[in-house]
Amino acid sequence: MNLTSSDLTTPIAKPHLSIRPPSGWQALDLREVWQFRDLLLSLAARDVKLRYRQTALGALWVLLQPLLGAGILSFVFNRLASLPTGSVPPILFSYVGMLSFTLFSSTLSKASSSLVGNSQLISKVYFPRLILPLSTVLSSLVDFGVGLLMLVVLMAIYRIPPTLALLSLPFWLGLIILLSLGFGLFFSAVMVTYRDVQYVLPVLISFLTFASPIAYTATFVASKTPVGLHTFYFLLNPLASLIDVARWAMLGSGQVLWNYVGWASLISIAAFVGGLLSFRQMEQRFADVI
Amino acid sequence: MSSKDIAVSVRGLSKAYTIAHNAPKHTMVGEALMHRLKHPFQRAEKETFWALKDVEFDIQKGDVVGIIGRNGAGKSTLLKILSRITKPTTGQIDLYGRVGSLLEVGTGFHPELTGRENIFLNGAILGMRKREIERQFDAIVDFAGVEQFLDTPVKRYSSGMYVRLAFAVAAHLSPYILIIDEVLAVGDIEFQKKCLGKIGDVAKGGRTVLFVSHNMQTVNQMCSSAILFKSGRIEMQGGTKECVSQYLKLSKKEETQSKVFAPHDEVICLLDISLSQGGQTAEFLTSHPIDITASVVSKGLSVEELICGFILYDEINNEILSTFFNDMGDCEEPRHFNGTYKFSCSIPANILNEGKYRLIFDVGIAKKQRVTSDDTHFLEFTIKNIDGVASRFGLGTVWRSSPVLPLWDWNSSQQDAR
Repeated sequence: MNLTSSDLTTPIAKPHLSIRPPSGWQALDLREVWQFRDLLLSLAARDVKLRYRQTALGALWVLLQPLLGAGILSFVFNRLASLPTGSVPPILFSYVGMLSFTLFSSTLSKASSSLVGNSQLISKVYFPRLILPLSTVLSSLVDFGVGLLMLVVLMAIYRIPPTLALLSLPFWLGLIILLSLGFGLFFSAVMVTYRDVQYVLPVLISFLTFASPIAYTATFVASKTPVGLHTFYFLLNPLASLIDVARWAMLGSGQVLWNYVGWASLISIAAFVGGLLSFRQMEQRFADVI
Repeated sequence: MSSKDIAVSVRGLSKAYTIAHNAPKHTMVGEALMHRLKHPFQRAEKETFWALKDVEFDIQKGDVVGIIGRNGAGKSTLLKILSRITKPTTGQIDLYGRVGSLLEVGTGFHPELTGRENIFLNGAILGMRKREIERQFDAIVDFAGVEQFLDTPVKRYSSGMYVRLAFAVAAHLSPYILIIDEVLAVGDIEFQKKCLGKIGDVAKGGRTVLFVSHNMQTVNQMCSSAILFKSGRIEMQGGTKECVSQYLKLSKKEETQSKVFAPHDEVICLLDISLSQGGQTAEFLTSHPIDITASVVSKGLSVEELICGFILYDEINNEILSTFFNDMGDCEEPRHFNGTYKFSCSIPANILNEGKYRLIFDVGIAKKQRVTSDDTHFLEFTIKNIDGVASRFGLGTVWRSSPVLPLWDWNSSQQDAR
């Protein structure tokens, strides 16, 4: 145990740490999260390392999963139901939609189960609990990054040049993450008490797979439904507009319904803030209940 | 003593848990909702259980404090609050310095990750920065002695290696206040000694250690003072020796280690056997007698025919002694045993030295039949020397390695004329 002598001779006048009973709403202590940033990285690294250990295809699964998903949706929506994809080849179109959707769904499901999955840590060690759901974002982003490389290859094959719209992509990805994290934080905290969440979530995600414009466009939904109904759709599923606008950023073509993108952005930010506050509120009980 | 010497200050600390009696605990939203719908006005009968109540103490810097008490006395709750895992219900705690807690060795180890990866992950979980871990990496690996296996997944480690690595990571944290909960229950003796040495070094470095253990010998050796908990309150606070002996007195409750056997319809049958020492059931002190009982059903056997006794073996199966109820043939009453009888005796204080023992019962009919077997009719126990012979030097077994540890009367009288 290394301790320099200066550490010991320094008189500590005021307590290094005071522990008090919980009172009302908890302040967001982001400084503490920052102190534990190494843990954030370590947990994300663990997640990435472990996921494809003892698999034959290894990291190839990162590419195969969205590609296969896109293929299936593309077959159903574009081939069987012949929904239009504009000038973009259907498989590329669906793949781009699938990338954004996977970013959302994997963050949501991993963040939601992050507390229960690490219950042993929570009951034995102290660290800011926010670290657990936050670390899942990093590992989802790694997958997204690999998927993006594949996209470059696909775009080169289909000779689709990137446009300036690409510069706005980080912004839309940020919103997708805020949205998924907002719900992820809330669900993870609820799951500590009610394990139902882990059964509801896969159903919700597979429902969203069809309800989100992965192999079709939001514009198409808007053109086929009366205004009242599609307003309802876009407000209920803010992910729809975000997937659409992220596709526009990546491929540089297609129409974007900007007013709904605006709403979706606001809803995402609100979801994140709400998730964060409810997480902090429920956090006090985690170690006692889990 | 000035206030800057204080490392931990606890005032009016209480922790309540709510136990719902009537209402079943719902972990399903649906169940909870249905229950609400069916019984809209029912109030769950809630009982508040105080795991800790009005606890107050100060700990000086550089002290090694033993936290002792029976299971459920509130020790673990205290440590959980001090290490911030759970919040107190009332009270104030001020900690002067970074706290490192070792509530369970190997928490956060992942079996699929290699030793190297786990060192970094576990270090991060315990709050170390990456640079700190890198600085301590060699020391950790060296302490654990796992150089060759650094790149092997820890699931392939032997349990000893696993524990060593886990302790090594935790021990190389550099907190001012170190909280340790029963970590030394694992690992071999050699390693335990190494760990205790490490903890001693921490204290010598001027840092504070809170040490929870049920092993009174370790507490006695390690701690400069102790706090004894009883049902959530502090029962006693002060010198280690006083607290330990008070703890041993508290545990005088009737509790025995016992085995019960299925009765069978023979002339003689052993019903149950038990072992205790003032409430302790498996860990005894050399300085107190150990009570042994056996219940036997006999159908008309005479005192000459009936065999009831036990043979004592040590850890490596050496026979130490054997004793039977009618060893001297002087058992007058009754001459015939018809019914259920309880035979009891006690191994006197200051006879057996430290060690692990196995007591095999021998019950049967003389020269005819033995109804007990070595594999089932036995009890095991450990004897420790804390306050027995030679303990006044605080040296324990190091000084006496003989199988017996008798306390005999010695006289000394001066012979040369004055």
